[in-house]
Amino acid sequence: MSATNTIAFKAELCNGCGDCMAACTSAKSIDGAAAQSRIQIVANPLNDSWELALCRQCGDPRCVADCPAAALSKDADDGVVAWNADKCVNCLLCTAGCVYGGIAFSTAAGHVVKCDQCAGDPQCVKTCPTGALRYLTSARIYNRVGDLEDLFVPGLGGCQGCNTEIIMRHTLRRVGPNTVLATPPGCIPGMGSVGYNGMAGTKVPVFHPLLTNTASMLTGIRRQYKRKGRNVTAMALAGDGGTVDVGFQSLSGAAERGEEILFICVDNEGYMNTGAQRSGSTPFGAWTATTPVGGKSQGKGREAKNMPLLMMMHRCEYVATASTAYMEDLYDKLEKALAASERGFAYLHIYSPCTSGWRFPAHKNIEVARKAVESNFAILWEYQPDQGMRLSRPINDPVPVTEYLKLLGKFKHLDAQQIQHIQAHVVEQAQMIRELAGIGKGVERAAPIGPVGAGTARAVDQDRLSR
Amino acid sequence: MERFDYLVLGASHAGLEAVRAIRAHDAKGSIAILNREPVFPYSPTVLPYVVSGRSWEDRIALHDSSWFEGLHAEYRQQALATGVDTAKAVVHFADGKEIGYGKLLLATGSKPIIPPITGLDGVPYYVLRTLDDALALRKASGSAQNAVILGAGLVGMHAAENLAKRKCKVTIIEMRDQVLPGYFDAQAAALVSGVFLQNGVEVLTRQRVTGVEANGAGCLVNLEQGGQRRADLLLVATGVKPETGYLAASSVEVDRGIIVDEFMRTRAPNVWAAGDVVQTRSFFGDTTPAGGILPDAVEQGRTAGMDMAGDPAATPYPGGIPLNTYNFFGSRALSVGRQAPADAGDDWEVLSRSGEDARTGRTHYLKIVLREGRLQGIFSIDVLFDPGIMWELILRQTDLGELRQQLLNNPQDTGRALMSGLWR
Repeated sequence: MSATNTIAFKAELCNGCGDCMAACTSAKSIDGAAAQSRIQIVANPLNDSWELALCRQCGDPRCVADCPAAALSKDADDGVVAWNADKCVNCLLCTAGCVYGGIAFSTAAGHVVKCDQCAGDPQCVKTCPTGALRYLTSARIYNRVGDLEDLFVPGLGGCQGCNTEIIMRHTLRRVGPNTVLATPPGCIPGMGSVGYNGMAGTKVPVFHPLLTNTASMLTGIRRQYKRKGRNVTAMALAGDGGTVDVGFQSLSGAAERGEEILFICVDNEGYMNTGAQRSGSTPFGAWTATTPVGGKSQGKGREAKNMPLLMMMHRCEYVATASTAYMEDLYDKLEKALAASERGFAYLHIYSPCTSGWRFPAHKNIEVARKAVESNFAILWEYQPDQGMRLSRPINDPVPVTEYLKLLGKFKHLDAQQIQHIQAHVVEQAQMIRELAGIGKGVERAAPIGPVGAGTARAVDQDRLSR
Repeated sequence: MERFDYLVLGASHAGLEAVRAIRAHDAKGSIAILNREPVFPYSPTVLPYVVSGRSWEDRIALHDSSWFEGLHAEYRQQALATGVDTAKAVVHFADGKEIGYGKLLLATGSKPIIPPITGLDGVPYYVLRTLDDALALRKASGSAQNAVILGAGLVGMHAAENLAKRKCKVTIIEMRDQVLPGYFDAQAAALVSGVFLQNGVEVLTRQRVTGVEANGAGCLVNLEQGGQRRADLLLVATGVKPETGYLAASSVEVDRGIIVDEFMRTRAPNVWAAGDVVQTRSFFGDTTPAGGILPDAVEQGRTAGMDMAGDPAATPYPGGIPLNTYNFFGSRALSVGRQAPADAGDDWEVLSRSGEDARTGRTHYLKIVLREGRLQGIFSIDVLFDPGIMWELILRQTDLGELRQQLLNNPQDTGRALMSGLWR
């Protein structure tokens, strides 16, 4: 069975304009007779919000089970619940099986109608001006890598809600068994990558270098295997401490020499496994155990190092930033980084919001990661020497950085001046990256990734208002 | 002797859904599903449409062999169970075979009730429960000039419409005081009857048949209140009863149907039952008739299958809620839930509206029954709503609060908005 795409609805972004219904009617009308829209937006009578009635293309569709005429079936490949006009007897029992109002009788058509996702190109989503409707296609990742073996043991001991386990399992699963993995001190070995009680935590050779020498050790391993005629991926899953701070010397050297290494930095902006001390990656204003709040200290007084930019300046074979809120993009970059590590140094910088150290609820990790990107706090880009820097999604219309800051306990104490400072820094960083991307051919190639970016949607909206 | 970890008797909605649910949790256990009929599984509900020609016998199969292969389930036809030995965990079949089971699901459905009418066994008559019945009735419908239909339930009403459209003179005889009893109130039933009358169908309610007698190739039907009707086609559609004959000598307890608990377990060890064969408890815990509802059979089949497989996600079957979706002469009748009882106290509230549709000239009707602000039932003629959403609102006992009037004004959008909000 394959995973399938889905149309997602964010009620808080819906303004009830009805464009989606008009688009659906137009897409489904034949010979000029106006069809009943398969998507229905209705006003919630209890509050000001808008609600949705639309087929969810259920994995276990009740409408199909309730059909006495075998007129409904779930397509195993695209997941769409399909209606067969030749078999339908118009008994409407399917409508008794649906709790979403997703299949309903159309007086105009004389039979039930339902969404078919427009054969993979849903018109309602395309038309939605606010981003309330999104066509989620990340299921294709599962279809591509679902059969690959998970090379970590079950039961990694991460904190509740941490996305590092996602990063670990996804990356190693894709990179594959022909790998020697280095996990320097940090959360990742703490979660069990190097194992317990004499048992390894992975199904590939894994070791625990010093915080300082990860890239040096991988250099030797890669070279030695090469000498022996074996092509082995030398991969690091390191924290920001082992990358940005004390690991930087060996990393910089290996990158400069063009060692064939895949180095992944899982950046949680501090030494989070030892009690949340500040690192060179901790942003301005953030509370940490060593940049406390109280008295003169109001969180960290210095900016974070922009580590991925520093790595780009090494002219690595590949450098990219990625986020677990944008898994399709992360996977694309992982593919490229893996390929590049056959030719030279590949560096992937993945943002990893820390539920315990940053102080936010465990279920908000992906939302925090997404807001970081939407506010330009974390900008997604990639660099290849022959193509320069390329933006992965538009950055010209970010949400205010406060939308991100307010999610996190570590920024709770910020005063207006500090917030202004952070906002100014975000703008400055964005401007620098915009200009860097402009040097190459990057800017015109920049296209939204995954779901339509909120930035694009807002731009459209503003365009409407000005007209 | 052959043995399966899971043996399912009956291959309609309940049995098929159980197989799916079992396999969803138990990837390895052996499953066999046995159909007493010689064809791929079909739904009895589709048969009126085979009679009318809306559907055809070659396209009603709910699943073909590839579906069963996909689930690694053995599917067999023409397997008629004659006995269940729960002590030895063995089922006996008409062809002399025996099959052992680890867990057994009885989903053998129901069969027509044949009322004790004098002379009925001496005349040709039709019923509609199997494909063979449907094919015979379709053939007879082609040439019938005068038809009498006993029973104004869904099967009888479907057949009446179909025959009337073929210019046959049709009389429906119903013992109770309205058509579609149990689903609609008198007012809605009168609207349905009215449409049938307009289309030339005679509807006799509160009428019993005292006897039938042979009359050439057909028969004469004598009415209790005097008079008789000539029929060259007599359809007996007075309801169905659980198919439990093969359980007579078993330890499976049967009352009006097989007695089951909230996980569809019978009182015999390792035996479950689901669908029309069980005595379904009413969700409302009162005398509201329950059972014989297709979506209910699916629910029961899934509950049974999940419980058989030990699926920890199995939840108790909440009890049956009457539900009906019915198309007649281009109109739609929908019903979900129960009516207010005759002695309803002031915690009950009944809201209704009706009016004439300018386009069709027909009367539309909507009635909403509430108790303590919670939906108990919703019934309509030519007013659309989403039955699945209403069913869920009843199951959840959602307090409709201030939304009563809105629900009456626009049940479809109000139900959708309410449900969509509840899902978030």
